[in-house]
Amino acid sequence: MKLTKTLLATTALTVSAGAVAAQEMADSMTLVSWGGAYQNSQQQAYVVPYLEMHPEVSVTWDESSNEAVAKLRAMNEAGNITWDLVDVVAADAIRLCDEGLAMEYDPEDLLAEGDDGTSAEDDFGDLIVSDCFIPQIVYSTTFGYRTDMVPEGVEPPSDICDVWDLETYPGKRSLEKRPINNMEWALLCDGVAKEDVYDVLETEEGQDQALAKLDEIKDDVIWWSAGADTPQLLADGEVFMGSTYNGRLFSLIEEQDQPVGMMWDAQVFDLDGWIIPEGLGDAELARVKDFVKFATDTQRLADQAAYISYGPARDSSAPLVGQHAELGIDMAPHMPTDPDNSQNTFVYNYEFWADYRDDIDAKFQSWLAQ
Amino acid sequence: MTDATSDPDKIEAPTPDNALRAADAADGPMLAADGTPLKKSLNRALRAQKLRALLLIAPLLIFVLLTFIAPIVDMLFRSVENQIVSETLPRTTRALADFDAGTGEIPGEPVYEAAYYDIFLASERKEHTRLGSRLNYEQTGASSLFRRSGRGLDDIGEVYQDQFEDLDENWDEAEPWAEMMGSPEWLNAQRGWTEEDGAMPEFELREGVAEVLPKTAEFYEIFARFTQVEDEDSPLEEEPWSMVHTALYQDLAAGDVSGYDGPHAEMLQAADELVDSPDFETVSFTDGFEEVDEDWADPEIWNTIKMYAPPYTTGYFLNAVDMEKTVDGPQLRDEDERIYGLLFKRTMFMSMVITFSCIALGYPVAYLLSNLPARSANLLMILVLLPFWTSLLVRTSAWKVMLQQQGVINDVLVWLGLVADDSRLVMINNQFGTIVAMTHILLPFMILPMYSVMSTIPPSFVRAARSLGATNWTAFWRVYFPQSVPGIGAGSILVFILSIGYYITPEIVGGTTGTFISNRIAYHISSSLNWGLAAALGTILLVVVLVLYWAYDRIVGIDNVKLGG
Repeated sequence: MKLTKTLLATTALTVSAGAVAAQEMADSMTLVSWGGAYQNSQQQAYVVPYLEMHPEVSVTWDESSNEAVAKLRAMNEAGNITWDLVDVVAADAIRLCDEGLAMEYDPEDLLAEGDDGTSAEDDFGDLIVSDCFIPQIVYSTTFGYRTDMVPEGVEPPSDICDVWDLETYPGKRSLEKRPINNMEWALLCDGVAKEDVYDVLETEEGQDQALAKLDEIKDDVIWWSAGADTPQLLADGEVFMGSTYNGRLFSLIEEQDQPVGMMWDAQVFDLDGWIIPEGLGDAELARVKDFVKFATDTQRLADQAAYISYGPARDSSAPLVGQHAELGIDMAPHMPTDPDNSQNTFVYNYEFWADYRDDIDAKFQSWLAQ
Repeated sequence: MTDATSDPDKIEAPTPDNALRAADAADGPMLAADGTPLKKSLNRALRAQKLRALLLIAPLLIFVLLTFIAPIVDMLFRSVENQIVSETLPRTTRALADFDAGTGEIPGEPVYEAAYYDIFLASERKEHTRLGSRLNYEQTGASSLFRRSGRGLDDIGEVYQDQFEDLDENWDEAEPWAEMMGSPEWLNAQRGWTEEDGAMPEFELREGVAEVLPKTAEFYEIFARFTQVEDEDSPLEEEPWSMVHTALYQDLAAGDVSGYDGPHAEMLQAADELVDSPDFETVSFTDGFEEVDEDWADPEIWNTIKMYAPPYTTGYFLNAVDMEKTVDGPQLRDEDERIYGLLFKRTMFMSMVITFSCIALGYPVAYLLSNLPARSANLLMILVLLPFWTSLLVRTSAWKVMLQQQGVINDVLVWLGLVADDSRLVMINNQFGTIVAMTHILLPFMILPMYSVMSTIPPSFVRAARSLGATNWTAFWRVYFPQSVPGIGAGSILVFILSIGYYITPEIVGGTTGTFISNRIAYHISSSLNWGLAAALGTILLVVVLVLYWAYDRIVGIDNVKLGG
């Protein structure tokens, strides 16, 4: 008796679900992200409300964004894609798109239009840096410094070139163990105008010039490779100042209450977003498309900013950014895109680094090892 | 045994081997009961036995082959594999066969023509960017060059497409094209096709069209098949790519079409006349390419394509030893780009240092373990094994806390007054940090084999030596130590080989001077996606380890290694 009822109910459910959605949708999804506070912000802002609307769906997280490119390639070669939606930085999205591992999409078709009626394409604007890339947040790589280690009678650092000023600001620095960003900052502080940086960096002399500038502080640098390194080094007082993602510094300052200050000068804007792997089944694809449309709408992107200090990628989301969900502080002043913070910014040049990354990285690593 | 061959009767317990030899030694072939020669029937019996043994281990053998050997071989194979260039650009690589790289000249028009069709097709299949990434490892800028060209090459075909269209709008329609190129049977089948029928009828060329319009037929056929299979659209509804218009122009300029009598003959005739008229605008492939990107007018990209055209390349291996392929043959890289030689040497050197520190630290512990009463030995053993049960990352991070400048050791030294506060020791993010952390992590691999060997050395030997008048030192050095050498050997091999391939710990605590070759391999696998180079580096590492193992076998003898009593 009970069984029949359940069966009947199931059939009814299936029929009605089939009537609503023209296409069969898979009822499980594997999302790939970075773990930690960032993944939590996605869980709270996108997944929780989505699951309230679709209780039949189950979502699994995989914290593999760091190795997403290599893993996707391996999955693709094995012919078994187990991920449905992958969070990657824009540079990786371009690489995946080039390799044919990510799906190209049509913004008008896949993404919802803005709350104010602007089309998705205009709302995201230039941030759609690749045909496969669905932008989500704008983050920046910038510097934090120990406020208690600033020498007495000296203004706290406010200029990118203060990183090189070991006399005024003694102490170690932490920089990322890769050429990207460091080479640009070095040239900026070696007198190259902002608009000429990549023209100079294209040349051998320019690359040598940047490395020579970095040589000045090489002995005082601790090189990091994981995003958590600089916050830890700052918290332990191992370094006076170091570069990392602005969200990490926010949580160090506001959530963990460490004596650390932000230095926004010459912060480098970068993007993070979703890609849909190439080769998903029809049902999986239909589910992912449904989720992406929801998760990248104006309100959802603004909601994410309540959990982490990264700027929403939609123009229409910016006015909706409110307060931190737990601390209750205004989030706008902590966004990299806030006018006060973005007086002097730098935008990651994707095309340049797609071409020069291997070449300059070889030089950079060789320079490091010497 | 020698007796056995000369006198079979003396064998006390006959074995199959002995019997075989006996059979050999006898004058005539010895026969089995059924009349076949004994040797043969014995072989048959043994074969069955061997087969049964093989069947028993077959599951394991197949498992190991499939899940372990095959992937490794596949990965190593990538270090020479290079089909992507000739598969993506088949016409270009053929056309480049006569091209003399290194003269500083750009190749002739036929190469550009071949490249036009190849890259156009590749970009329809979305493969041009993949080739761009591949070539970018060899020539900086190839990545964006190919990305731009995929779209840009449309401009060449559009020159012709537009003019044909202006002449007759039918040139911009799907159906006239299909009627002209497709065979009547196929046209009928395609017209009658509905989605319920399943796969579309495969496109067939009209008879004779390939003789009149060879290039157009070739590329229209590719277009039609691609439309049917990849896009799942009917060629009757899709207008052809601009590339087909370019091919049509080439055919019309090269020959005359009076031999064509299929549908739309007059349309084709008119197009032929247009092409022959002096007003017809043409663009050479060379100029078209230069228009898309001036790098195409630079011989460098052609040299690179030519150099990497063969299906197998030594390029990755040359890269892995700090060399590069140039038009004048392999050459050493500039000094500021060399890194792998240094890293290989450093990896070897540091692995040896780590092995020796493990021996120095592990030997006393293993000695103590094997000489203590069982109860305290067990307790000590747990202490040795404890690190085994802790996460690798936790252990490594713990060393960070210990060794950093604001860390425990420095704090204690400052507190004791041994070190001034402003000159704290730098003990991490360098070679020292890597050696300390890795010695600690690998120590159990040294202690355990040593312990298992030492626990089999009878204590009476040392006592006997002493009772015969040896000093403590002599008794240890002449009697005990030689017996413990197999344990040291086993431990050293384990620790050395493990440390050569380590990368997490050096990545976290190694800074710039303490990283290993494995860190670069990991970088190329997960970040730059240059799996070919990673495979080449891995192959070299594997060969080095095998050579060292062989040398070890020659010097120490692998028989002297014991993992257990």
